[in-house]
Amino acid sequence: MATIDAPNPDIQATGAQTHPLYWKNRGFAHHFRNADEQFDACKLGMWLFLSTEILLFAGIFCAYAIFRMLYPEAWAAGSHHLDWRFGGLNTVILLLSSWTVASGVRAAQLGNNAALIRNLVITLICAGLFVFIKLYFEYIPKLSAGKAPGTFFSYPYAHDPHEPLWWSIYYIGTGIHALHVLIGAGLLIWVLVRAIRYEAYGPTEYTMVENSALYWHLVDLIWIFLFPLLYLIH
Amino acid sequence: MTTAETTHDHHDEGSYLTPKYGVMGTIWDWMTTVDHKKIGVMYLFAVLFMFFLGGVAALAVRLELLEPVRVAADGTITGQLFGPANPESIATGNNIFNRLFTLHGAIMVFMFIIPSVPAALGNFFLPLMLGAKDVAFPRLNLFSWYIYVVGSLFGVFSIILGGVDTGWTFYTPYSTTTDADHWRVLLMVLAAFVLGFSSILTGLNFIVTTHKLRAPGMGWFDMPLFIWAIYATSIIQVLATPVIGITLLLLIFERLFKVGIFDPALGGDPVLYQHFFWFYSHPVVYVMILPGMGIISEILSVHARKHIFGYRAIAFSSLGIAAVSFIVWGHHMFTAMGELASTIFSALTFLVAIPTAIKMFNWIATLYKGSIAINTPMLYALSFLFLFSIGGLTGLPLGALATDLHLHDSYFVVAHFHYTMMGGTVIAFLGGIHHWWPKMFGRMYNERAGMIGCVLVFIGFNLTFMTQFFLGTQGMPRRYASYIDEFQTLHVLSTYGSWILLAGFLVHLFNFIHSLVAGPKAPPNPWGGLTLEWETESPPIEHNFHHEVLVQHGPYDFDTVVPPHCDEREFPLPETPASH
Ligand code: HEM
Ligand SMILES: [Cu+2]
Repeated sequence: MATIDAPNPDIQATGAQTHPLYWKNRGFAHHFRNADEQFDACKLGMWLFLSTEILLFAGIFCAYAIFRMLYPEAWAAGSHHLDWRFGGLNTVILLLSSWTVASGVRAAQLGNNAALIRNLVITLICAGLFVFIKLYFEYIPKLSAGKAPGTFFSYPYAHDPHEPLWWSIYYIGTGIHALHVLIGAGLLIWVLVRAIRYEAYGPTEYTMVENSALYWHLVDLIWIFLFPLLYLIH
Repeated sequence: MTTAETTHDHHDEGSYLTPKYGVMGTIWDWMTTVDHKKIGVMYLFAVLFMFFLGGVAALAVRLELLEPVRVAADGTITGQLFGPANPESIATGNNIFNRLFTLHGAIMVFMFIIPSVPAALGNFFLPLMLGAKDVAFPRLNLFSWYIYVVGSLFGVFSIILGGVDTGWTFYTPYSTTTDADHWRVLLMVLAAFVLGFSSILTGLNFIVTTHKLRAPGMGWFDMPLFIWAIYATSIIQVLATPVIGITLLLLIFERLFKVGIFDPALGGDPVLYQHFFWFYSHPVVYVMILPGMGIISEILSVHARKHIFGYRAIAFSSLGIAAVSFIVWGHHMFTAMGELASTIFSALTFLVAIPTAIKMFNWIATLYKGSIAINTPMLYALSFLFLFSIGGLTGLPLGALATDLHLHDSYFVVAHFHYTMMGGTVIAFLGGIHHWWPKMFGRMYNERAGMIGCVLVFIGFNLTFMTQFFLGTQGMPRRYASYIDEFQTLHVLSTYGSWILLAGFLVHLFNFIHSLVAGPKAPPNPWGGLTLEWETESPPIEHNFHHEVLVQHGPYDFDTVVPPHCDEREFPLPETPASH
């Protein structure tokens, strides 16, 4: 039944504006009383989901803390192998992308599709840069030098017998984070495609933009904790 | 709860069970449905099937324990159920036994009891009791059912390939080093990991539904207590399950890549695994019991026709249990911790008993001066009160440091958790299935057969597990395929008990099948309940209610309201309305 905002007959219907995904043509699911209720429900659902993500990483942080306490030398030695400049650059990149994705939400709320698309593209470029730096300047050189997790560790100049454990935590923490970067980028690509094709988002229909942006902020937030723990403190 | 209007928007709408599109079409319709009622029924059948699989394993375990394995002077072997009976094969027999109890535990915990009440009855009744048309995210709901099925298939596949013998707890370092079981351990752990997602999504869905989709007029304290229980359960599911997710993921990495986090050889810590595991698995025991407690609140007040005693106390104690459940996990590792930590965990463990006891007293007070109907749901609710009291109280000697040293890893623990999980959750689940059977399937079941089944289950259960308390205090360790001769009497009784249990379940099974095939048609409100699910047809129509629901009275106002679809001759109001 309900469309929140029936297409304005005065506006010449262009191709996109007759599409059911065009933001003005969007309704809401029949078990909600209105579109606001649906929006609130989706947002609450997303926040709950984000709390599960934080708890997932909590396990890794917990393991980090315990082994740091047990083997401070290994941790100090391990973090000396990480270059804070790459970590710092990636932090800046993610912070920037958080800003652009937030601007994207704002653009959707204002009905400015062009700005939404622009901001999403910048965010995605940042995501790509992040993964590139991580892989090309960090993972690959380190792995080829033998600084690998657990029994794969073959770096000959290790200072501490527990360094393999440090690398395990490093790869698991940053690896699962990188996986989240990819998932977040996937969501944003989906939003981007729908924004370009159908102008799917506008002042009354931006749930998906908002929720993907929330997810992206989470990815950023977790990195904000990983970065100092792994790169900065010794 | 009276509805305001009598206009019938969906008047011509059929029951949700009406097949519409021929056989293949109907199957397709069910497999792609987003209707919470169908998904609830699909969960119901799936978890009952898992219960059957886990039950077969349990019966086999009990059968092996009927006799201790004895090697006579001439080398003949008696009492060994599995494997050929020669001296070399005792190890084989023990291996099979280890696999059986592991698959029993893993199936019962991850595939049966965790999803049982919330995913089956919760899915069906949460939206109905809230007066909603569906859960907040219906497609996510279907998705979580598929995740459940995929997870269970992983588990079943691991069993078909030969099973695992790690115990349902997958303790390291054993679970990361049993090379012979390599792929099967991975599969089983992966199964538990995948099932966790299903659990998280269901919990998330229910929390949002409870927040956003209550019918107009239903405040938080007008909700049935079943909803409060499911709500508290969902909070635990959402907050605890991710931790087991990362734990099992680390376990998988440990197996595949030897990352060393749980491996002492690389500086890792196997006890860390236990901490992670129980940080999830203790809260999860309340995921199992809280929904059961919710069912008991409904059954007792409806079938005793009494306003529930201490509504808010029960509601808040659910949240209290959920909160405390997160800080007691250490009581599973008293033997692997320092003194101070154990003392703190012991004290916190005793805290859990308080909200639990609050519920108990409120339920008993509800029965006081009620007009108690003796039928299957009520019998089950009364059994619950009896059995769960034992289960909860025997948790206290386990939570006390001095006694746990003796009882840890003994049959006493086995008996304790069976009194809580089976005597609590399974009994409540069975009570709930009977209570809501007419609503779900539109047919009455045979009351006499139901009560006979209940009595058999009650007797069988007590015989099976009461004996194990005594075995445990006498020193019988858990997870052993044989025992010293002195224990045999009690073991034999326990095994006989498991057969009586089986008989009870079979009576229920035939009763249910008979009801589906030939049971009399159920009226919309056979018990005179006041919660919203009794306002619609039995079985409910596709969109749940004929018209918008407006809540005008509380869920337990039996002293002032004539139930919907009933008249005062069937369910008279009390002569002098109780004053409170
Ligand atoms: C009054 C509340 C309870 C208390 C104080 C309590 C206490 C304990 C303690 C201290 C242990 C560890 C014993 C040991 O291994 O030495 C234990 C084990 C266990 N409890 Fe409870 N418990 C309570 C309620 C429950 C409930 C409601 C359930 C489930 C529905 C439950 C399920 C279990 C299970 C499954 C185990 C054993 C797990 C294993 O080692 O395989 N408990 N309980
Ligand atoms: Cu516990």
